Amino acid sequence: MTLLDVKNLDKRYASGGRTVTALDGVSLTLSAGETLGLAGASGSGKSTLARLLTRLVPADAGTVRFGGEDWLALSGGELRRRRARMQMVFQDVLGAFNPRATVGSVIEDPLRIHDIVPKAGRGREVAALLDRVGLPAAYAARSIRDVSGGQRQRIAIARAIATRPAMIVLDEAVSALDVSLREKVLELLVALQEESGIAYLFVSHDLAVLAAVSHRIAVMDAGRIVESGPAAEVIGNPQSPAARALVGAVPRLIGQEDRNAV
Amino acid sequence: MTALCEIRQLAVTYRGETMSALKDIDLDILGGERLAIIGESGSGKSTFARALAGLLPDGAAVAGSLRWSAGQPRAGRDIGFVFQDPSASLNPVLTIGEQVAEGARRHLGLSRRQGEARALEMLERVHIPDPAKALHAFPHQLSGGQRQRVAIAAALAARPGLLIADEPTSALDMVVQVEIVALLDELVREGGMTLVFVTHDIALASGFADRVAIFRDGMLVETGATGKVLAKPQAAYTAALIASHRDLATPPLIHEAGR
Amino acid sequence: MRLLRKLLRTPEGAIGLGLLAVLALVALFAPVLAPGDPLRIAGRALTTPFTDPAFPLGTDRLGRDVLAGIVHGARTSLLVGLAAACAALAIGLCVGLAAGFAGGIVDEALMRVVDAFQIVPSFLLALAFVSVIGASVPVVVLAIALGAWADPARLTRAEVLSVRERDYVASARVIGMHPVEIAFREILPNVLPPVLALAAIIVAAAILTEAALSFLGLGDPNIVTWGSMIAEGRNVLRSSPFLSVFPGLALVVTVVGVYLLSEGLSKVLSSRGGAT
Repeated sequence: MTLLDVKNLDKRYASGGRTVTALDGVSLTLSAGETLGLAGASGSGKSTLARLLTRLVPADAGTVRFGGEDWLALSGGELRRRRARMQMVFQDVLGAFNPRATVGSVIEDPLRIHDIVPKAGRGREVAALLDRVGLPAAYAARSIRDVSGGQRQRIAIARAIATRPAMIVLDEAVSALDVSLREKVLELLVALQEESGIAYLFVSHDLAVLAAVSHRIAVMDAGRIVESGPAAEVIGNPQSPAARALVGAVPRLIGQEDRNAV
Repeated sequence: MTALCEIRQLAVTYRGETMSALKDIDLDILGGERLAIIGESGSGKSTFARALAGLLPDGAAVAGSLRWSAGQPRAGRDIGFVFQDPSASLNPVLTIGEQVAEGARRHLGLSRRQGEARALEMLERVHIPDPAKALHAFPHQLSGGQRQRVAIAAALAARPGLLIADEPTSALDMVVQVEIVALLDELVREGGMTLVFVTHDIALASGFADRVAIFRDGMLVETGATGKVLAKPQAAYTAALIASHRDLATPPLIHEAGR
Repeated sequence: MRLLRKLLRTPEGAIGLGLLAVLALVALFAPVLAPGDPLRIAGRALTTPFTDPAFPLGTDRLGRDVLAGIVHGARTSLLVGLAAACAALAIGLCVGLAAGFAGGIVDEALMRVVDAFQIVPSFLLALAFVSVIGASVPVVVLAIALGAWADPARLTRAEVLSVRERDYVASARVIGMHPVEIAFREILPNVLPPVLALAAIIVAAAILTEAALSFLGLGDPNIVTWGSMIAEGRNVLRSSPFLSVFPGLALVVTVVGVYLLSEGLSKVLSSRGGAT
């Protein structure tokens, strides 16, 4: 079942007197419960696409159908209500959380805004969400600044799943994490997808990360999607120069081939 | 290879902190080698790089010794330093040419014209497109990858014997990362320099480092030739780091291929 | 609260807070410390300070008690200083928030108004205002505020523009938070710290401006202020300098106290906000 249907998105902006084309006729689809990996180098337009889909920036042209509705036509209170169905996890370079917030308030905000549970039950729901992402319920009282990077990302995921969304956009969600933490967060995301059937649009410049979690991969270059298909195919047999550059850019460990053969 | 620098019992504690950032570090830096300092956040790897370059902040307590075979190195002249964030390490109000020439002019006593010629030469060596035009450009006009190339050019302008790069690619995307690492490798070989490369990515280091030193929580866990350490890690932590590496051949985490 | 304790741990914060606390107490208990009207003739004219226990700081040309003047003058200085700073901050915050949020033509228009107020030297503006309208405490407060609101407005706008682009504001939008809630919960609390640090400087400037206005005879004539005392002492500066020096010292101590407090505050606030 197609959850998200994007057709011919264009986005231009003025920069220093010139017009920069960030997105040029981008089309893609995302089905319920699947992960589409959006790969590309800096400036390829993948972050712009992520921000456009989450309605943070307006589109210049194109249509987006989400859950059967015209997503770009929504506005005001109606858009705010529908936002429960599409959430986002940011890269978390310190700026992703209000420095004055507590862990609990960060997760409670979406519960309150969308009235997911009545006021009396919110504390329990926050504890349940923390538990689902592998954090102790006692963390709810902590200031968001007293929490490590990896833990903050889990909290961001807890916040994203609080409204039981159909889809989550992850914009370089693990890029700022240490390698060991990265793996755990990716495992968490896959587990959540298997439990709840959430679809992911996973944006990353690291093809290895996408290879781990994506069913399909789309490669962007200069604002266009230049290649897409099942993950294994795009990685195993990249056709476009952009895809080949991304495949070649993944560092390999000496003796890695031998390890995987075991 | 002889030791360029012998580090013994190096310990660093920042002002106002109770926990040490580095403890009991014993390490030799061999002349002409490419040494990778590998560790996760909080491992002390950046502190080590800065201690080596004399870039620790005021008030940082340093214990232990750093014995340089050729005498105390002069900042900018004998050691070049490349920082992680190219946007922060370049002065936004000075032109590229001025910044690249600065080190050479100050330490080699070049005149303005000579400095500019040197800057042009350096920009060519780091493969900046249209270097003559770039001399008069400002940092914000370049991409992240190009800015890092400029930072490398500036670090090498005075022909230092040692180049320390502190996570020079962590703020850049993977495709650019490969280019920057290849550039560093090429420049270091050409110039016969010693390279100390700090990174959290063991696979990245394995591509070009002669030796690796693994840091964890301020301590040196293991050190040795790259091939040997990766094939037969002595410490459990090193083995764990190697095991957690993921590349395109690692089996994916998802179980089905699309629905 | 925690902020207070942290503030007291910095030397600047401790000394600043101490000085201002003493000042505030003096101002509060002025009728107790120096009962009666400070402008009444209390004793012999031009008594030298530290000679007569009844008038520890001496008396002026008309025989008014200098100590009483200083103590009561503290009230005026603090009152006017704080009130003017509050007014300036309130106006500045509103204008800055409006400009930062609205953007576009509203932003442009408001910033041109801010430009206009910043170009005119604030003291001259206050001077002109008081001369035209007449001197009384509320007018003086308003006059000083008119000269001082432009800086906080500009700073607030800059902070709003910066905070608006942060990921946590984008995140608040994505979870469906109402724009008004975003403005008050996500943006405003994070905009305030640098503006509050400016507050202390505005208080100091307000106190000095009030003193200057009084010195020029444009303050409220019915109350005693340090400025008017300094003006009074001008005529006998060679023979009895203490008449101007004591209120002058009082001003110095107050302004230094305010500056130290603001240094302490910005130290504490910046260390809090600078998360690693």
